[in-house]
Amino acid sequence: MAAKRTIRSIPQERTPVREQPPLERARNFVEVNLGYDASEAAREAQRCLFCADQPCVRGCPVSIDIPGFIRQICHEDHQGAYDTIARTNLLPAVCGRVCPQENQCEGVCTVGESLEPVAIGRLERYVGDLAIANDWARRPYISPTAYRVGIVGSGPAGMACAADLAKAGCQVTVFEALHLPGGVLRYGIPDFRLPGEVIDAEVANLEKLGVRFECNTVVGRLFTIEQMLEDLGFDAVFIGTGAGYPTMLGIPGDSLGGVLSANELLTRANLMQARDFPVHDTPIPLGKQVAVVGAGNTAMDAMRVCLRLGAEQVHCIYRRSRTEAPARAEEVHHAEQEGIEFHWLTNPVAVLDDGAGNVRAMRCVHMELGEPDDSGRRRPVPIPGSEFEFPCDQVVFAIGTNANPIIGQTSRLTLNRWGYLQTDDDLATSIDGVFAGGDIVTGAATVIEAMGAGRTAAAGIVRHLGIRD
Amino acid sequence: AFPIVEREDISAVTFSLTVRHPLMAKAARPGQFVIVMSHAEGERIPLTIADFDAAAGTITLVIQAVGKSTREMQRLCQVGTSLHGIAGPLGIPTPIEASTRSGAPPTIVCVGGGLGVAPVYPQARAWHDAGARVMGVLGFRNRNLVFWENKFRDVCDELILCTDDGSAGTQGMVTDGLRLALEAHPETSEVIAIGPPVMMRACAEVTRPHGIRTSVSLNPIMVDGTGMCGGCRVRVGGEVKFACVDGPDFDAHLVDFDDLASRLRRYGEEEADAMAQWETVCRRA
Ligand SMILES: Cc1cc2nc3c(=O)[nH]c(=O)nc-3n(C[C@H](O)[C@H](O)[C@H](O)COP(=O)(O)OP(=O)(O)OC[C@H]3O[C@@H](n4cnc5c(N)ncnc54)[C@H](O)[C@@H]3O)c2cc1C
Ligand SMILES: Cc1cc2nc3c(=O)[nH]c(=O)nc-3n(C[C@H](O)[C@H](O)[C@H](O)COP(=O)(O)OP(=O)(O)OC[C@H]3O[C@@H](n4cnc5c(N)ncnc54)[C@H](O)[C@@H]3O)c2cc1C
Ligand code: SF4
Ligand code: SF4
Ligand code: FES
Ligand SMILES: [Mg+2]
Repeated sequence: MAAKRTIRSIPQERTPVREQPPLERARNFVEVNLGYDASEAAREAQRCLFCADQPCVRGCPVSIDIPGFIRQICHEDHQGAYDTIARTNLLPAVCGRVCPQENQCEGVCTVGESLEPVAIGRLERYVGDLAIANDWARRPYISPTAYRVGIVGSGPAGMACAADLAKAGCQVTVFEALHLPGGVLRYGIPDFRLPGEVIDAEVANLEKLGVRFECNTVVGRLFTIEQMLEDLGFDAVFIGTGAGYPTMLGIPGDSLGGVLSANELLTRANLMQARDFPVHDTPIPLGKQVAVVGAGNTAMDAMRVCLRLGAEQVHCIYRRSRTEAPARAEEVHHAEQEGIEFHWLTNPVAVLDDGAGNVRAMRCVHMELGEPDDSGRRRPVPIPGSEFEFPCDQVVFAIGTNANPIIGQTSRLTLNRWGYLQTDDDLATSIDGVFAGGDIVTGAATVIEAMGAGRTAAAGIVRHLGIRD
Repeated sequence: AFPIVEREDISAVTFSLTVRHPLMAKAARPGQFVIVMSHAEGERIPLTIADFDAAAGTITLVIQAVGKSTREMQRLCQVGTSLHGIAGPLGIPTPIEASTRSGAPPTIVCVGGGLGVAPVYPQARAWHDAGARVMGVLGFRNRNLVFWENKFRDVCDELILCTDDGSAGTQGMVTDGLRLALEAHPETSEVIAIGPPVMMRACAEVTRPHGIRTSVSLNPIMVDGTGMCGGCRVRVGGEVKFACVDGPDFDAHLVDFDDLASRLRRYGEEEADAMAQWETVCRRA
């Protein structure tokens, strides 16, 4: 065995990842982060100390055996590394790309106390991409049962739940309202962060496990949750419909032409491929001076899409400061590199009409940080007399989303007071045999948490059905 | 895939498609719509379910060819072909109540202008089936554009046909027909008006002084139709509503029609470009 690694013996610098140059990539939709190659991955894997207490594992919402898979990379056992990750994470190629690692696994990595933390996400993506390229997906021997389970929504929660139930021998059908599966991965997160091929590959893996996808199916409207159990012959149902209902700011002028939600912009650009208009039929508004309100992942994606669509300048308007910005650190960094202008501590109070029903400018006010609020963050308060006009011709709101109302409108399920589904620890809802997880239970969260919820619910469903392994 | 089993060309610009979709035919209720994608590169466009037949397992759409997507459908959607995608039935069904508060059967006036004639049909039929007195008021530009007259006669107690030039029925606009209906039936409990925004607004102004409940079906630009994009937002009674999940029916007296009209023009330039490009391609083909 090699000598025990210490913080002094490991490569001190985090292995940089190759990226498309900022000015080039800001005009195309090709992936920004090109990922590690074999030698880069091998080098970065040398930086793990294989800590006995494994803080990183506790930082990961699905407790991936991180030192375990990194050790396998060191031994060039990549397929083994994939198996290790896949024991708890169905979508390594996705999570490696989009997890907010700095708040999760990497945020608590021991190496990070003195150096840059081990690039766990990049290593995970490296393994996930190898698995897709080599078709390593684990297809265990499945002993079929007669149980049929219906999954509502094909986002990460639904996909994860479907995979586990298929492996447990259930006949699984995933119903998706849109014409393509993937949830936010498909309609929200742009190709330059998560290429469509990665989602296609994960969907194909599920199909190989026997999962059926039925798109164009709006559950609640085409049939209800109750009908799935009573008429359509499903023994259990999982609801993973997400929290996709966008909030508008409710300020004067927010229905002017040129004002839209980030969800609309991203759906047009990604799902509907409006960036290829008119080859694809869906149009998309093209502003020259675009103001995006908000500083979460959705805002970063919207800004960078606008830049790629040809905007001259894209601005980020956020009422708190950079420290409070909820986006992944890498996204803010990439956005800055690409030339997005950030206006921290600034809040819009009205969108102004150009006289023809379109946007001419926004009226904004400067903010300062006051006392901490419920979320523990310092509450932004307007500075009196600091209002100013901010010229722009397109305004995109990326200020959060709520529960989609359709399931609530059409079933007897108990909702909490914000409209999200009420569940117990097993993620069982108020109707026997109906489980729910992901953003529709927690409110907007992360891909990995939704995936974890899908798996927890699958375990609950397996117990509910009385399947033994 | 969703096969087209019947097609009727109602006029040079209007056609109906009957699509096989047994689950949808069973689930559909008056006032609901679908989102259609005719091919993989197409846009998602909302269309009202103008008829549905649970026994036959079909739904019928009546489509006016106004721009790229609908004109392309007029050309390509033939019997034997399939739609790439159709999702629905979407929106909140129109509430149909068998009796008024006093216990008497309600009197309902169903007003359809131009293409709005088709979407108002399921409502007229449902009210009729529920035992209401149904007055139909249908408006067309001229007699050649009249369609579904007999279907309406089957479910309406009285039918007023209006044409702009008087070539069929009475000469005038649907608002004139609506006034006639209200004079004859002051007991009218509800008016349902479907058609272009200007026509729905005009009907709202006819009923407002009488304080008659009036419902309109709003048609803002939609993408997903599931409450996810907010593109379909409309202003009703000072509040923002998403027509696809909170509507599409709303109280006509509370709707901000100016807002609707201006939002419907949002993509005018792009739509004109798409149309021009498509026509060039068609001419070459
Ligand atoms: C633009 C954007 C960027 C993001 N970036 C990141 C990131 O970088 N990292 C990260 O960790 N998280 C990110 N998130 C958050 C993350 O994507 C979500 O937390 C996650 O996708 C939630 O998964 P879900 O399965 O619960 O729901 P979703 O992914 O929302 O999927 C729900 C699916 O259900 C379908 N559906 C809804 N209602 C019905 C119905 N009635 N019948 C049938 N189908 C229905 C929807 O169409 C959708 O496809 C981002 C979110 C957005 C919007
Ligand atoms: C709830 C609802 C029900 C509808 N029912 C019917 C119907 O039964 N029959 C019918 O012929 N039409 C119906 N429409 C309108 C129909 O969707 C549009 O005419 C169609 O999308 C035009 O597409 P186009 O590409 O051919 O024309 P374009 O040239 O692209 O558009 C022409 C005009 O149609 C409107 N429009 C464009 N795209 C959309 C869109 N995605 N959503 C809504 N409106 C749009 C705009 O005002 C535009 O200026 C309905 C609309 C809604 C919202
Ligand atoms: S799933 Fe996310 S949090 Fe867990 S190890 Fe991978 S990147 Fe880190
Ligand atoms: S905390 Fe960091 S160094 Fe320690 S095992 Fe995890 S990844 Fe390796
Ligand atoms: S069409 Fe997207 S929210 Fe209504
Ligand atoms: Mg169009």
